[in-house]
Amino acid sequence: MANQYDAVVIGGGHNGLVNAAYLARAGKKVLVLERRHLLGGAAVSEQVFPGFTFSVFSYVVSLLRPEIIRDLELPRHGMQILPLESSVTPLPNGDYFATWNDADLTRRELYRHSAMDADAFSEFGRLMHQMARAVKPFLGMIPPDPTSLAPGDLKGLLKLGGHLRSMGAERFHALFKLMTMSSADYLDEWFEFGALKATKAASGIIGTFMGPRSPGSAYVLLHHYMGEIDGAFRAWGFCKGGTGTISNAIAAAARAAGATLRTEAAVKQVLVRNGRASGVVLASGEEILAPIVVSGLDARRTFLDLVESRELPGELLEQVRRFRFRGSSGKVNLALSELPDFSCMPGVGAHHRGAFSISPSVDYLERAYDDAKYGEFSRRPYMDIVFPSMIDPGMAPPGRHVASIFVQYVPYHINGGWTDAKREAFGDAVVDTLAEYAPNLKGVILHRQVLTPADIEEKTGLSEGNIFQGELALQQLFFLRPAARWASYRTPIHGYYQCGSSTHPGGGVMGAPGRLAAQRILADA
Amino acid sequence: MPVPDNLQTTPFHLRTAPLIQGQTWRRWAGYAVASAYDWTHDHEYAAVRNAAALFDVSPLHKYRLTGRDSARLLDRMVTRNVLKSRVGQVQYSTWCDAQGKVIDDGTISRLGENEFRLTSAEPNFRWLHRNAYGLEVGIQDISENLGALAVQGPLSRTILNEAAEQPVDALQYFRVMDNRIAGIAIQVSRTGYTGDLGYELWIPSEHAVEVWDAVIAAGRNYGLTPAGIWALDVARIEAGLVMLDVDYHSSHRAMIEPQKSSPFELSLDWTVAFDKGPYNGRKALAAEKERGPLWRFVGIEIDWDSFESLYVAHDLAPALPSVPWRASIPLYRAGKQVGYASSGCWSPLLKKYLALAHLQAPHFAPDTLLQIEVTVEHRHQLANARVRKLPFFDPPRKKA
Repeated sequence: MANQYDAVVIGGGHNGLVNAAYLARAGKKVLVLERRHLLGGAAVSEQVFPGFTFSVFSYVVSLLRPEIIRDLELPRHGMQILPLESSVTPLPNGDYFATWNDADLTRRELYRHSAMDADAFSEFGRLMHQMARAVKPFLGMIPPDPTSLAPGDLKGLLKLGGHLRSMGAERFHALFKLMTMSSADYLDEWFEFGALKATKAASGIIGTFMGPRSPGSAYVLLHHYMGEIDGAFRAWGFCKGGTGTISNAIAAAARAAGATLRTEAAVKQVLVRNGRASGVVLASGEEILAPIVVSGLDARRTFLDLVESRELPGELLEQVRRFRFRGSSGKVNLALSELPDFSCMPGVGAHHRGAFSISPSVDYLERAYDDAKYGEFSRRPYMDIVFPSMIDPGMAPPGRHVASIFVQYVPYHINGGWTDAKREAFGDAVVDTLAEYAPNLKGVILHRQVLTPADIEEKTGLSEGNIFQGELALQQLFFLRPAARWASYRTPIHGYYQCGSSTHPGGGVMGAPGRLAAQRILADA
Repeated sequence: MPVPDNLQTTPFHLRTAPLIQGQTWRRWAGYAVASAYDWTHDHEYAAVRNAAALFDVSPLHKYRLTGRDSARLLDRMVTRNVLKSRVGQVQYSTWCDAQGKVIDDGTISRLGENEFRLTSAEPNFRWLHRNAYGLEVGIQDISENLGALAVQGPLSRTILNEAAEQPVDALQYFRVMDNRIAGIAIQVSRTGYTGDLGYELWIPSEHAVEVWDAVIAAGRNYGLTPAGIWALDVARIEAGLVMLDVDYHSSHRAMIEPQKSSPFELSLDWTVAFDKGPYNGRKALAAEKERGPLWRFVGIEIDWDSFESLYVAHDLAPALPSVPWRASIPLYRAGKQVGYASSGCWSPLLKKYLALAHLQAPHFAPDTLLQIEVTVEHRHQLANARVRKLPFFDPPRKKA
């Protein structure tokens, strides 16, 4: 039967594609259904303006699991990761703070600002490296339920306990601090130079509606360090052709393994018969039958939109309703006639092949958060800017450039709701702030695409525009992601599984949820 | 503001850069330094043992400590007894963490009652501060303010007597004096990293080139030769001197416990004093002294006949490393790995193939027969080697 599969994966985002690829490799007849006209979800490259290609949403690669790269042979399927050179934080006094892809150069640069921090930086890096290594095994395991006595859970818990014990005192204490402190407080224990602390703290707030002084933000800092340890395997950087190339490479691997991938095929509902999943109904009315249905969508859509509520226990519905999305990041994509000229580093140079971070101080970030806390976008936001055309010339016509600007904070729940005028005002705030550091900016912008969390939700389906399918806050991680007792990729409906970033270990174009969910499904079958 | 797209250069760069024939630049503590100025290091090494060599050792980290408690700070930090040192004395010491594992090693020059200069291989600014809590001491990083030249070799004294205003004849081993070269106020210490007669000059960076020129001029009739890191490496291996990041890892940088070493494990027992008050690592070191170290840092001499026979079997003459190596090479005893060599070279002076090595107890007794891995015609082989007491080379002129 044409419309019968072993498994149907809802959503052609990178996790759905990873899941489908692993299932297909295990011999399953798999169908992926994507609502949009292109695969990738929030990991897509699109020619938004003629000749100018953008990684519309997610824009750098750091966390993509090396085992997925190996298993699915992504380089063979077209994925090419190019290095990002540096990170530059322009300072209000006209100076800058930079870290380079070279320990000696970075030390020399830091030394200019603080001799103490120059020493501390390498020690901090070493501890974070060790911590990331310590936490890494958690990323690769299906979270055990700590309250369960089932053999599988116990085995997982024992493994965890043994692992924690083997960490050693120094690392265990550091882990405890990272789990409980704010990133600002934690960084205060290490450094004195404000722009360094702010630039580090910024990675603790990405995608999360917290300020650098919010407790728990320190953990997110570590989450982003994971990418840096795998940086040793050269997985950190910019994907040639934009982030969509990663999705396309995973899609190619899935196809090569026999999976069928359909676009413009929105799923309306999951069919459930006698508490068992039996297939899906598309928006067009078409029915597709499969004993396994996997949702790559976020927890809200997976549990509240795709199935009838009577199929699920009330406790779970309540937990999912409380799962925090609160999208707080936006994106501004610019097509440029020439590169912005930063006053702190005049001219075009190696620095344009790296990132620029607008994070001059922790106070600056916290103030940006204050605006959002009360329902406004940050007047002077935190920004992470890259110029992909400087790394991959194919992203823009010769001599022209594209800029990718990640912006925080811009709340989904804005006072009075989002309007076109408000979106443009937000875009103006971003350009105005950046123009303070690169005065030629306004004169070189050819086109501008502004994406608020509301736009991200509308285009990708991510609830409230949260880029991680739910905040990476401690109470939403590991055996609590997305809900207690349902962190193991299963759902209360037999044969219905979750594989999106709403599940462990979360977002950041890791692909880990898709892979772990496939392991769970194959073990259950 | 220039983009730092290059390594730092030393204050002598204007003079050293034109000398370097093969552009054999390498990194040392974030600075670009020469591996050799000539295409090979042979002449540069020969100058160390035959005439005199001139090394640019500016990349050393240097700290100036001043104030009432400067001696107390150093004494609570390092393993030597600093309170006993006299003005004009230089002490070599290690310093440890609370577990008695070495963080770094370097020299401590007492320039005044309350003024010291500490040199180190890695940055220690933050560590000094962390140990200075509650003490009245000024800590100044003078790494960039001070250029350093090492004049090493049997004719170094003669050359400095010509170059310097004050003769250095009376300057004893591990002592430091004020002096002038080319009218520039500098300090001369009777120290070095070659195990030979030698001196180190501590020069304000802004006058570095003038002093270089004056020393070179004075050395013209005495075979003074600018020399790079390869020559220095051969000399320091012959002298049995340990090198951080090559022979051992700082406990602040080690990723795992087994990568750390105690002073006893580095055979630097003589730098660990117990005739002093509390200091970092004292308890752990006392316990280790009681128990005896699990590792020792020793000399290894590769048995020539055994080494040669591996090549003869392939109808080849023995191939020696052309430059000193820095690598981890397994050492075996009766088929079981008992340690590893961390640096090695052919000694042109002693005509021996030498290595510095870490050996587990009880395999470190002098003359113990070991086997070292050697690759001959793409195959791993074992050559006999014997444990030797360090230093391999210790001429009387060093201290005379």
